Amino acid sequence: MSTPPNALDYNGRSRVFKIFSALVLAVFAIIWIVPMAFAVDTSLKPEAEIAANPTNWWSDHFSLAAYRKVIDGTPILTWYLNSFIIAALTVILTVAVTSMIGFALAQTRFAGRGGVFAFVLAGLLIPGQILALPLYQIIQSMHLLNTYWAMVLPAAAAPIAVFIFESFFSGLPRELIEAARIDGASWFGVYWRVCLPLCRPAISAVSIFTFVGSWNNFLWPLLVLSNVKQMTIPVGMSAVTGGFGILYAQLMATAVLGALPLFVVFLLFQRHIVQGVARTGIK
Amino acid sequence: MATTIIDDGVSAARVTSAGNRSGPRDEHRAGWLLSLPFLVLYLLFLVGPAVYGIVMSFFNATTVRPGLGKAVGLDNYRSILTSSDFWSSMGHTVWFTTLTTPPLVILALFFALLAERLHRAKALVRFIFFAPFVLPVTSVTLIFLWLYAPEVGLVPHWFEAVGLPPPNLLGETKWAFISVAALTVWWTVGFNFVLFLAGLQEVPRDVYEAAAIDGANPVRTLTGIVLPLLRPTVVLVTMLQILASMQIFNQMYLMTAGGPGTSTRPVMEFIYDTGFSDYRAGYAAAATMVYFALVLVVSLVWFLLRRQSNKEVGA
Repeated sequence: MSTPPNALDYNGRSRVFKIFSALVLAVFAIIWIVPMAFAVDTSLKPEAEIAANPTNWWSDHFSLAAYRKVIDGTPILTWYLNSFIIAALTVILTVAVTSMIGFALAQTRFAGRGGVFAFVLAGLLIPGQILALPLYQIIQSMHLLNTYWAMVLPAAAAPIAVFIFESFFSGLPRELIEAARIDGASWFGVYWRVCLPLCRPAISAVSIFTFVGSWNNFLWPLLVLSNVKQMTIPVGMSAVTGGFGILYAQLMATAVLGALPLFVVFLLFQRHIVQGVARTGIK
Repeated sequence: MATTIIDDGVSAARVTSAGNRSGPRDEHRAGWLLSLPFLVLYLLFLVGPAVYGIVMSFFNATTVRPGLGKAVGLDNYRSILTSSDFWSSMGHTVWFTTLTTPPLVILALFFALLAERLHRAKALVRFIFFAPFVLPVTSVTLIFLWLYAPEVGLVPHWFEAVGLPPPNLLGETKWAFISVAALTVWWTVGFNFVLFLAGLQEVPRDVYEAAAIDGANPVRTLTGIVLPLLRPTVVLVTMLQILASMQIFNQMYLMTAGGPGTSTRPVMEFIYDTGFSDYRAGYAAAATMVYFALVLVVSLVWFLLRRQSNKEVGA
């Protein structure tokens, strides 16, 4: 018997089932592609043609005119920049502070470690945006409204990232740390030069999540960034699209432009992102 | 497998620290110094809001200026608990959760079970289902507002194509819930799908082999072996989904703005409206706390189940 190409193909019935699976998934995959494909399609058609034949997929005059109008007529390039700066700062701060405490919890035995561990663990119970109102009051009293920091600082208080790092650092052998200490490295040196470089998968998982989370956040920037010039992509888009009325090509061009950067990131890092979801979602 | 190693590491470290070896003084200092930056942010921006929210709910606070205003005791709670607007918005959130959780769990599981059979096409299928998840909510809602647009949208067009009168997809309460739920399923099913695929990876290959040798057909293998082994993943994905759906705000706000009227307004939008549009922060904080208590119960169940299943895997 030759080796089956897939571990799940053991007999004829399995193979029939495999073909059935492929067909069903193909149907659903098409359904899943339609909204995105139709958005791109609409964005490339002239407005007049959409008005005359809204559900038609084909056009004789495909063009990028709607994209030009959106880029010229809205501050979308500024929003890209804002979103990017905020997301990048958030990633840097989050990785820095959560990896440090993750290392401390996993590899140093300081008095009170158990208490800190439980205290941070309890934070997992506080879900995302429910506390937006009291958080807003705190940010307001710190005079941070309409600044990047209003976006960056709260996002870095992420207990889940602490535990991703904690579990990675716990996997490192104690001898490694002791050897580095005997060689005269400081604790910070052990963390920074010995352990952190070994934690690339954790760094990339936390970075990607933090970046995507920051980029796509909607409610919080809606509350704290009221100045059009300071808005991020999702909020800025929602602020201007009302003015487009039924100019569907421009609406769809805006939607596509808003989705584009993360879509490209996803194309490039698909494997990391999917593995990161699998690893951190379940544990 | 990885979990076993990690869990052993943690428990080993705990045993040594419990064994009264708190380490030299600079290890103690380094531990605290490395923990400090996170703890400061955590106290200010996560624990702080939770505590401040509780305090605010007993005061006549407003959103126009910082500070608490006059203490009002339990008045905010009294009026929130008797507010029919609040309870109907809680009802809308629960209804949305009920509408989205079963399809998001069952479809994701179904897709994962089928995709697990595929060899090379698996990566492509994963890409297609997961891709919508990385789109910003505003892009998703713009696309679906276009698909749902009365008269001109693709979805009303499909209704006509099969000979049904197209419903008012966003203008009628019953349909508005279904339309936003459908959008949510399209947008986020890929996340659960990936979690299930990961869960399926943990099912040992030789289990399938043994079943095939015993002549079990695919359906029998599925119901008798795979699903029971996958149960912890199913439970966790369901809990995560309930938690996510209960926080519904963005899609609903952008698609219907809670309308028609306030008939689809979720509780998060009720808080937004009373706290930020009417500036009644104390009142909205009381609403937040009641809602938070409900979510906390669900989180706690999730948390305990998660610990439980980690222990099982670790053992």
